[in-house]
Amino acid sequence: MKQRVMNLLRRVGLTLLVVWTVVSLVTLLMELVPGDPAKAILGENVTPEAYAAFRSRHGLDKPAFFFAFSRADGFTWNGADNRYADYWKGVLTGDLGTSFKTGRPVRDMILERYPNTMKLAVAAMFVALLIALPLGILSGTRAGSLVDNLASFVALLGISLPGFVIGPFLVYVFAVKIPIFRPTGAVYPEDIVLPAVALGAALSAILTRMIRSSVIEELGEDYVRTARAKGLSERTVIFKHVLKNGMIPVVTILGLQLGVLLAGAIITEKIFAWPGLGSLVVDEGINKLDYRLVQGCVLAISLTYIVANSVTDIVYRKLDPRIRIS
Amino acid sequence: MSRLTYIGFAIALLLILAAVFAPFIASYDAALSTNPANMFASPSAANWLGTDSTGRDVFARVVFGARISLQVGIITVVVSSLIGIVVGAVAGFYGGWVDRLLSGYVFNVFLAFPGLLLAIALAAFVDEKALLEAVIGADGAKQFLDVFGRGLFKILLALCAIGWVGYARVMRGQVLKVREYDFVQAARALGAGNLRILFTHILPNAIQPLIVQASLGMAGAVLSEASLSFLGVGVPPPAPSWGTMIEEARDLTTLQNAPHALFVPGIAIALTVLAFNFIGDGLREYLDPKQRKR
Repeated sequence: MKQRVMNLLRRVGLTLLVVWTVVSLVTLLMELVPGDPAKAILGENVTPEAYAAFRSRHGLDKPAFFFAFSRADGFTWNGADNRYADYWKGVLTGDLGTSFKTGRPVRDMILERYPNTMKLAVAAMFVALLIALPLGILSGTRAGSLVDNLASFVALLGISLPGFVIGPFLVYVFAVKIPIFRPTGAVYPEDIVLPAVALGAALSAILTRMIRSSVIEELGEDYVRTARAKGLSERTVIFKHVLKNGMIPVVTILGLQLGVLLAGAIITEKIFAWPGLGSLVVDEGINKLDYRLVQGCVLAISLTYIVANSVTDIVYRKLDPRIRIS
Repeated sequence: MSRLTYIGFAIALLLILAAVFAPFIASYDAALSTNPANMFASPSAANWLGTDSTGRDVFARVVFGARISLQVGIITVVVSSLIGIVVGAVAGFYGGWVDRLLSGYVFNVFLAFPGLLLAIALAAFVDEKALLEAVIGADGAKQFLDVFGRGLFKILLALCAIGWVGYARVMRGQVLKVREYDFVQAARALGAGNLRILFTHILPNAIQPLIVQASLGMAGAVLSEASLSFLGVGVPPPAPSWGTMIEEARDLTTLQNAPHALFVPGIAIALTVLAFNFIGDGLREYLDPKQRKR
């Protein structure tokens, strides 16, 4: 029990450390960008009053970090009253700051978009499983056959085609040539189909390969021979026995891939104008130099990424008692 | 090696030839100069693969795009694998707190974050010119930008920054395994120093999986460059990066009038990535006798 608590604490500690590092790295990057964000956002012809108000509202009149470094002066200590410290103080109370551009709380902007990205990621996983399960089982049980080779080829193609190639291609086929879907937007429920397919294609390819090799491996196990010797039908052997065990690595991959989907969503969301976190960080954040927004999005994305990985790890241990013991 | 591996090598060779001899195959002028009178042209004798929404020759653009892709791919793989090999070897060989810091913390930071997002942030926020000037001086920076064009340096920086960790992790695992082998103990018994053991005994025996990793990394780098350029933070237009070409061809007007402007760079990316994946898979099988089918 004590061991478990210690492990949990270690994991939480490492998570916090990693998130802090990632956000700090991005903050450092943004602070190093030359130029005045206030001028960039307000324009050159701003009144001195508005300029000063903007700077004090966003803490731009304070030093960026605890210390500064320049070739002329070397290291100079700025004291505890700085932008970086303020940001983390805010984060501890759930305040992610105000967007430079819109003046709205970053937390609200992220919470608005977050469900859309999760919806897209889950839909993409669903699409991937829908394709990969039958294809993987089919080629695993018929290894070396024509079906198997064909499925392997399709899988490789899926891995090699990035979302920004598949996406516009899907738009061309299903929105331009055969107009059943709208090319962009997220108004009607069916609008999610094309982005989900574009985002899930690579995952379905990885899963197909995974399920295939998993099925082949399990088919060679002793318990399969026992099950067959008992006179169980091949269908029961595969669905009741092989799949149950063969799914364990698949669940792991699925969990770990959630993070990859989040990254892929950045591109997919741009293609389909899907109002998620990815389009928020690129279009609203990075392109408009809205530093606060970028910080918030990076925080949200990396936190989701790590939590997903940790949950996967825990589920994996639960599913496979052998790992728990060793 | 399987047939697919040879297909992979063939495509890669073709690509390298296209990139090296690009000026002899197509004209750079046709790749850059717009021609409003010749927009959305279908493939013809004059424009083998048609023209795009501004009348530029798609064939010329895709050929010169191969240069950007391969430059980024090769340099990224070489630089990030070198960094990864050194860091991974140090972590695996010295162990102790060095290893705990590197594999317990640094590797985890990179694992716990979508690399693409960090690359986007780096490519978007790094002031390429200022950084180059700080590193190689004003003249060197100007020369570099003249030769390689804008965007290349920051893409390389971004991709190497996220790329080296994969090599380091593989290398660390390999070194941990190899350093226990008898010949390493024998070398130590003969009085060889740490560096000698690391470089002449451990590294040559640990490098194999890195070759596979490098081939897959090549595919990844080509894909990442296209992604960054697609998102508008990579090679700036009008340079013919494949990612930029796709970004410029995906509006509805172009899709309706000249879908080839989308398909050609799309197929080029897919073939390139496919080729290096084939090569990687083939090498993995070839280098690991246990996986060899025959």
